[in-house]
Amino acid sequence: MGTIAVLRNVTKSFGKMTALDDVSLEIQEGEILALLGPNGSGKTTLLKILAFIQKPTQGEAYFRGEKIADKNIDKMRMQCTMVFQKTVLFSTTVYNNIAYGLTIRKIPKKEIDVQVGKVLKLLKLEGFEKKQAKKLSGGEQQRVTLARALALNTELLLLDEPTANLDPKNAGIIEEAIASVNKEHKTTIVMATHNMFQARNLPHRIALMNDGKITEVGMPTEIFGRLSKTLASFAALENTFAGTATSAENGTTSVDIGNGVQIETTTQHIGTVSVFINPNDIILSTNRLASSARNVFKGKIVEIFDLGPVIKLKVDVGKPFVVQITKRSFNEMELNLNAEVFVTFKASSVQII
Amino acid sequence: MNLLEGLIRAFQLIFSGDPRILEITLRSLFVSGSATIIAALWGIPIAMLLALKNFRGKFLIKTIFNSLIGIPTVALGFLLFLLFSREKGPLGFLGLLYTPTAIIIGEAILVTPIIVSLATSAIEAVDPEIMNLAKTLGATESQASFAVLKEALGGILLAGIASFNRAIGELGIAQFVGGFIAGFTELLTTGIWIELQNGNPETSIALMIILLTMVFIINLVLNVVQRRRKWAPLQYSET
Repeated sequence: MGTIAVLRNVTKSFGKMTALDDVSLEIQEGEILALLGPNGSGKTTLLKILAFIQKPTQGEAYFRGEKIADKNIDKMRMQCTMVFQKTVLFSTTVYNNIAYGLTIRKIPKKEIDVQVGKVLKLLKLEGFEKKQAKKLSGGEQQRVTLARALALNTELLLLDEPTANLDPKNAGIIEEAIASVNKEHKTTIVMATHNMFQARNLPHRIALMNDGKITEVGMPTEIFGRLSKTLASFAALENTFAGTATSAENGTTSVDIGNGVQIETTTQHIGTVSVFINPNDIILSTNRLASSARNVFKGKIVEIFDLGPVIKLKVDVGKPFVVQITKRSFNEMELNLNAEVFVTFKASSVQII
Repeated sequence: MNLLEGLIRAFQLIFSGDPRILEITLRSLFVSGSATIIAALWGIPIAMLLALKNFRGKFLIKTIFNSLIGIPTVALGFLLFLLFSREKGPLGFLGLLYTPTAIIIGEAILVTPIIVSLATSAIEAVDPEIMNLAKTLGATESQASFAVLKEALGGILLAGIASFNRAIGELGIAQFVGGFIAGFTELLTTGIWIELQNGNPETSIALMIILLTMVFIINLVLNVVQRRRKWAPLQYSET
């Protein structure tokens, strides 16, 4: 396996702000590399430099051994593509959106039809060809943007938070498609994420980013096993907390994550640990639940994100917990900002990372 | 002759397919259409620059174009008359005074600020990531700019309609640099005036009805087409 793209001592500044600070990175052919880090850590800038739509202030980028310069940039852009975090669509049909890059490559119409059909099937968007792309739901729109990128069959695919703000169904379709093109077409994929689950299961390697720097690169097991400092300090990662684990009398382990919040877990680890609770494993209620779940916290809703069929809520119980519920539950429970709620989850739902 | 009588005779003229009325109408369409197209040809590239590039003095240029939208046609017409004047005008040697070409040039100048200002806003309203998106899909710099332009098409079309309306309805420039040469420079607007002077009020009324109807129909058709094509220059997907 060779390297497909290389960044050498790349720095990118916007005025006084340094988005990337002396970053070097080699991307291996055929791998899925996840860039994991909080917002503002430089993930998007790094992807845009790899997509050749932003120039480094200092340092060099290479693609297949060739240095990127003004004279070869048009040719280079044909070799890779990027899907932005924000959904950007042309004001036209789904078909025209997906066909855009193929038309630029002067592919005959018949082949374009075949290719569009293939990616629509992969993203479960069959029959959407003639629909106006901007009239679709948020999740469907995001799937069109991925289909549009996949249609090009580029060697390198760059994804910026491909499933952020999506409900589990749409996120699942997208994750499946990503894994499938990597396996079948050997497409090299670099994706930015702050979704723990995604970082753990999809990629071959993880690069941790913080403050415009790559602090660590390694296999997911290494990165998560090592309990790196950067990882533990990621307040921006949903439901990921660093704390101190001590044995409780009843055989469980209690993790103190600060601000008076003690989480009960089933782990045997003692000492400094990082824990993660999947937002889907948390039950939200307006009254204290009588149940077997060991962790019940009272808090206030501080943020509400409407993701279409699901609603993501941030509940402050001393530490911020992200909870995902369906829109129906949300409406039935008549929740609103600053409402007092309880978050409940089992000790066995707490994952030690 | 009273108004009713005038109206009846005017309609008789229109529906009998009077060749003079037809000729004046076609000339008006041609002159205003050409002026709009020429203004678009130089106005849209200027709008692209103003909307997509950053440079010193950009705000000033935008402000100037904005304020020129309301320029009185009589002032611009007189100015052009002085320029094109065959004896003393600096551009007199071109021999353009009292020709349809002179009216076309004048009206193109008149509507350029409308095209530039409205097209600039339309292009500025396009999601700035469209440019990057096109590039990630393999577009060159110029193909990417074209993609942005396409997104702004609805707004640019509106700029065109507004320009055409202004051109076809203006009198000052047509009068000053076109004069009233029957069969050569006579337009709907100048015709309304001169036919009245010549004692043919029914022709004036006929020309007025045609002018109003045309402006109304063109706007209606373009609005319907725009709606049907679902151009949405000002709507973007939310994330």
